[in-house]
Amino acid sequence: MSKPKVAFYWCASCGGCEEAVVDLAEVVLDVVEAVDIAFWPVALDFKVSDVEALADGELAAAFINGAIRTSEQQEMVELLRRKAGAVVAFGACAWLGGIPGLANLSSRESILEFVYRGSPSVQNGDGGVPQELIDVPEGRMTLPHFDETVRTLDQVIDVDYYLPGCPPPCGLIAGAVMALVEGRLPEKGSVLAPDVALCAECSRAATKPEDLKLKSFKRPYEVIADPELCLLAQGLVCLGPATRSGCGAVCIAANMPCTGCMGPTSRVIDYGAKALSAIASLVESEDEDEIAVLAGQIADPVGTFYRYSLPASLLHRRVEPARVSEGTAS
Amino acid sequence: MSEDASKPFEPKIVAFFCNWCTYTAADLAGISRMQYAPNVRAIRLMCSGRVDPQFVLAALSEGADGVLIGGCHPGDCHYQEGNHNARRRFELLRLMLRDMGIEDERLRLEWISASEGDKVQKVCNEMTEQIRALGPLRLATVPRWSADGDHDRAAELVKQVTS
Repeated sequence: MSKPKVAFYWCASCGGCEEAVVDLAEVVLDVVEAVDIAFWPVALDFKVSDVEALADGELAAAFINGAIRTSEQQEMVELLRRKAGAVVAFGACAWLGGIPGLANLSSRESILEFVYRGSPSVQNGDGGVPQELIDVPEGRMTLPHFDETVRTLDQVIDVDYYLPGCPPPCGLIAGAVMALVEGRLPEKGSVLAPDVALCAECSRAATKPEDLKLKSFKRPYEVIADPELCLLAQGLVCLGPATRSGCGAVCIAANMPCTGCMGPTSRVIDYGAKALSAIASLVESEDEDEIAVLAGQIADPVGTFYRYSLPASLLHRRVEPARVSEGTAS
Repeated sequence: MSEDASKPFEPKIVAFFCNWCTYTAADLAGISRMQYAPNVRAIRLMCSGRVDPQFVLAALSEGADGVLIGGCHPGDCHYQEGNHNARRRFELLRLMLRDMGIEDERLRLEWISASEGDKVQKVCNEMTEQIRALGPLRLATVPRWSADGDHDRAAELVKQVTS
């Protein structure tokens, strides 16, 4: 009997998710033993035409990492959706938008303007920006369309399962692959990780005060954190109380607060709002001015609370100021 | 989104009022036949401390142009601490919304006791006029993919904003 076929693909991502697959180390041998990898652009020399040649549904699973921003990414994930029995959104970017999703704080125009003209490190003779279609002496050249908005994978195609993390922890990856191969399929839409907050598995949980209150918030560079005590209790914005567990609290082991890459638990709709709520409630003050001062100590609230989830949030992206020509005030 | 261009803009404001003070004050305003802007849709919660920031974002994403939170004056909370917690979340949420391009006037927190029907009237009228001047809140709509054709709508909307 032939082995089930799987595909790995990357969209708007950094390559860390691919690295996580490689980091499976010897476990990767079990995975390779169990499946045939039919497509993996970063590691194996298959072509898109090889995927197109597959029958619909022939892939047991497609593991897709990265958010969706270009027409090429959209075409590829739509193709993989047709060919795959199950699509797994692999990592924080595919599930929630991830770090590339923070581009939703800027307009398409301002991004192109900065990257190709404004950035002090850019030298770009005539200030040209990439064109989707350009005629040169050698012929006509095309580039994919660059969307206004970064989208999550499930805003573009139907997604069966989600693997959280930036990148997903090796144990969860191996568990997910083997579960799919052995047909132990969880309910569609499941996030393949424990459904409790990180504090539940944190080695410092015992040092978290029952009624934690804070008089100031600090950023990691401002303090030398005690390596044993709850980081939140030391005034660092640790998002453990609002974040799904399953990562083994590796950042905390390195004395860095949780930044929320494992995303929300199943009871939460909007991760950033819930994380904000958890942190704001810790403020130890009843004085309105003092509360405002403490809130102001949290640098970049959107980047702090939506670091991995802006495109999946209820607001999706920054609101563009109303265009003057549409003037609504009369 | 698909508002009739011929009609003047009428702001929609979702108000979360606490059961013990502000909602009672809104009742009082009604009983006293005080007139105020009909743009405010009041939702009664037991306490302003129950206002999860997710509620505020959900209201905005479902079409509200502003959100008003009303609770008991400091020291008067039926549950001791609830209104202080509302304040703590409100201050941080306001900073976050500012970075998301949403004007401060669209989110407002007011302490209104059960006897201050006139304050309900004043705050609702004031907020309605401020938001009328700002115009409608224009959020991007990016629905989740679904088999019943929402997908085409999403693609259509993305095309609209990208063209």
